[in-house]
Amino acid sequence: MIEAKSLTKTYPDGTGALHDVTFDIRDGESCSVIGPSGCGKTTLLLIFSGILKPTEGKALIEGEDVTASLKELALIFQDYGLFPWKTVYENASLGLELRGFGKRERKRIVSALLKDLDLQGFEKYYPKQLSGGMQQRVAFARALALNPRILLMDEPLSSLDALTRENLQNFLLQLWKQKRMTMLLVTHSIEEAVFLGRKVIVLSPRPGTVIKTVDNPQMGDLDYRIKEVFFEKCREVRQNLDGGAI
Amino acid sequence: MPGSKAELRWWSYLITAVAIFGLWHLVAVILDSIALPTPLTALSAFISGLKEGLISHSLISTLRIVYGIALAFSLAVPIGLVSHETRVDKFVAPFIYLLYPIPHIVLLPVIILLFGIGDLSKIIIIAMIVFFQILVTTRDASRNVSGNYIYPMLSLGASRKEIYKHVILPACVPKILTAMRISVGTSIAVLFFVESFATTRGLGYLIMDAWSRANYPDLYAAIVTMALLGFSIYVVLDQVEKRVCRWVYV
Repeated sequence: MIEAKSLTKTYPDGTGALHDVTFDIRDGESCSVIGPSGCGKTTLLLIFSGILKPTEGKALIEGEDVTASLKELALIFQDYGLFPWKTVYENASLGLELRGFGKRERKRIVSALLKDLDLQGFEKYYPKQLSGGMQQRVAFARALALNPRILLMDEPLSSLDALTRENLQNFLLQLWKQKRMTMLLVTHSIEEAVFLGRKVIVLSPRPGTVIKTVDNPQMGDLDYRIKEVFFEKCREVRQNLDGGAI
Repeated sequence: MPGSKAELRWWSYLITAVAIFGLWHLVAVILDSIALPTPLTALSAFISGLKEGLISHSLISTLRIVYGIALAFSLAVPIGLVSHETRVDKFVAPFIYLLYPIPHIVLLPVIILLFGIGDLSKIIIIAMIVFFQILVTTRDASRNVSGNYIYPMLSLGASRKEIYKHVILPACVPKILTAMRISVGTSIAVLFFVESFATTRGLGYLIMDAWSRANYPDLYAAIVTMALLGFSIYVVLDQVEKRVCRWVYV
């Protein structure tokens, strides 16, 4: 269970990023957060990963205050968060290395993951030799290597082309159905939010606050994208977004 | 193929070298002055010089430079890297701001008074000047390491030491090596200056000595050796960079 209780974050320079944000995500649930750019979505994730502290309110995971980075949580970044000086293999196994896994075990876990993610044979490549979609898959590999129960994602697909993007959305959906991890996805794409979120939280412009939580129980199938109800949900989310902007 | 690319590079360097010597020869022939011998005259003086201690003089000069740069490197790089911390930078930044722009070479008399006229003071003055070049570059590089690289490390639960090992150091290495290459040129210039008096060893001494004897072929032999010295250190650093920073060149 992930809970935000009246989360407020004001940066030292006076910028208000979040204001009184409250929501909760049950174990194994997937939740999308959508809002205009600069509405504090990234701040929200940084708070849950223990990197930033809220000015007011509480961020709770399993009922406990988040104070440092949790072992069962992984965070995926918008610009992939890969290190250009590390190879694909080194990037993907970094989390395991930092958590003290031995060489052999790292190799076993990472090799299997890279194979699953269609990155076999690219172990010795550097990130800039790969396409955006491949780089993002390396970032997924690094997060998934830790076998997290909670996956936080900050606009992970926003810099990809439409086709690659849809492929990775399908990948994420299948991943979630398979592992039933708790997912919190921050995005500024309405379709992505509706496709991947069992629950869609709509935030207002900065300082972000919850305008509406849209329930989305029909999600969960790859062909949801072409169903009428999908378009209705997208319309509902869009109306709420517009309402917040006025 | 990578092999053919390297070969092409090799050829272009050779052609450039030939062009430089050709130009030198042309100017020497046109000027027809004893102050500018042709490259062939200089070369024969260089070869006969090799038998008469040119090697031992250049060895001494090499050691002075290598020790000077190594001393500067071992102090400037750690200080520059930890300047990533704002707490540290609060002290380092004003230190650089006040001390970097002043010409350190004018402290030579003071250094000699303190450390004598031997090798130590020569090494110290080279180190002092190069120290600031490496420090300024390393400090700027470490200050500019983007938070986008730090957040992923924090989210993976990395300690401060691990952040330095996996992010700050590798991110700064290309800039540090560039600073080192620039410092080679500086250190040779300083070397010439400190070797031009109160010593009877080193290439700077050879140049001054040949000059006072008006022996121009010897003068050019020493100048060419000094140029080769700088060139060799530069090539070594270039190779180190290609190996250590492979990710920059892929």
